[in-house]
Amino acid sequence: MTGYTATVTVRLKEGVLDPEAETTRRALERLGFELEGFRSAERFEIDLEAQDETAAQQRAEEMTERLLANPTIHDYDIDVDQR
Amino acid sequence: MSVAVIQFGGSNCDRDTVQALASIGVSAELVWHEDGLPADVDGVVLPGGFSYGDFLRAGAMAAQSPIMDEVRERAREGIPVLGICNGAQIGCEASLTPGAFTTNESARFQCEHVYLRVENAETPWTRQYDEGEVIELPIAHGEGRFEIGDERLEALEADDRILFRYCDAEGNVTPEANPNGSKHAVAGVTGDRDHIAVMMPHPERMSLPDIGGTDGRGVLEAFV
Repeated sequence: MTGYTATVTVRLKEGVLDPEAETTRRALERLGFELEGFRSAERFEIDLEAQDETAAQQRAEEMTERLLANPTIHDYDIDVDQR
Repeated sequence: MSVAVIQFGGSNCDRDTVQALASIGVSAELVWHEDGLPADVDGVVLPGGFSYGDFLRAGAMAAQSPIMDEVRERAREGIPVLGICNGAQIGCEASLTPGAFTTNESARFQCEHVYLRVENAETPWTRQYDEGEVIELPIAHGEGRFEIGDERLEALEADDRILFRYCDAEGNVTPEANPNGSKHAVAGVTGDRDHIAVMMPHPERMSLPDIGGTDGRGVLEAFV
């Protein structure tokens, strides 16, 4: 078994309104910053032991599908690195 | 009928719901989620509140509670299941109903009265009303914006699965009358079958004359 860290990034699907990001964007503009767009995402880091990288990826995917992301509104990607 | 009102850590409309049901002659009991569904239950309410502190997403944690497997099984057998507010978020997260309820367009918690237009008066939840009737109920949520893919929403509309839409006092569905930015102003939907439903507004908070009105009573009559 090898130790891996799976980094899961969950973001809203394109076209789904993100009111908190919109509020934050306006705050940045009030501070005088110029920006073209602003999106937010959630990042989860999962430490796990697995047979190989594929197995680690698969388990992180199961966790994401089951709980961390809601497929109705979210897309996600997962990066697996050996610890 | 005996209705189970399921309590999760952080539910806070559970007792109100039991009282509202009692006021229309429905016997209801509080059921702690870890205790499982009693065998003799023939109706379920997932009440409002802030289960698990709304961590991750409102309703996400409670939706994974083992009692939800029992709720899904009993729902398949045909008992009525209603999710209100946080219960609606739980219902969608548990795939009892389609779509998701997410952050209000205002990015704020909103506690106010809204008008709802009855879209389909042929469900157990709406048969006390007329199609197009306008009722007034309170909302109290930060994550009540109904979100779903365009194609799925069209399918829901074609199948008459929208229970209520936010509207003005005259029944007009306008952007101004939509309190949270819900897609197509959807306030409540049914599951695959119409005895399963969720809604963000609180019918139990409008079920007695003493608390301001009885417009919500018709929804709860599904359990009579």
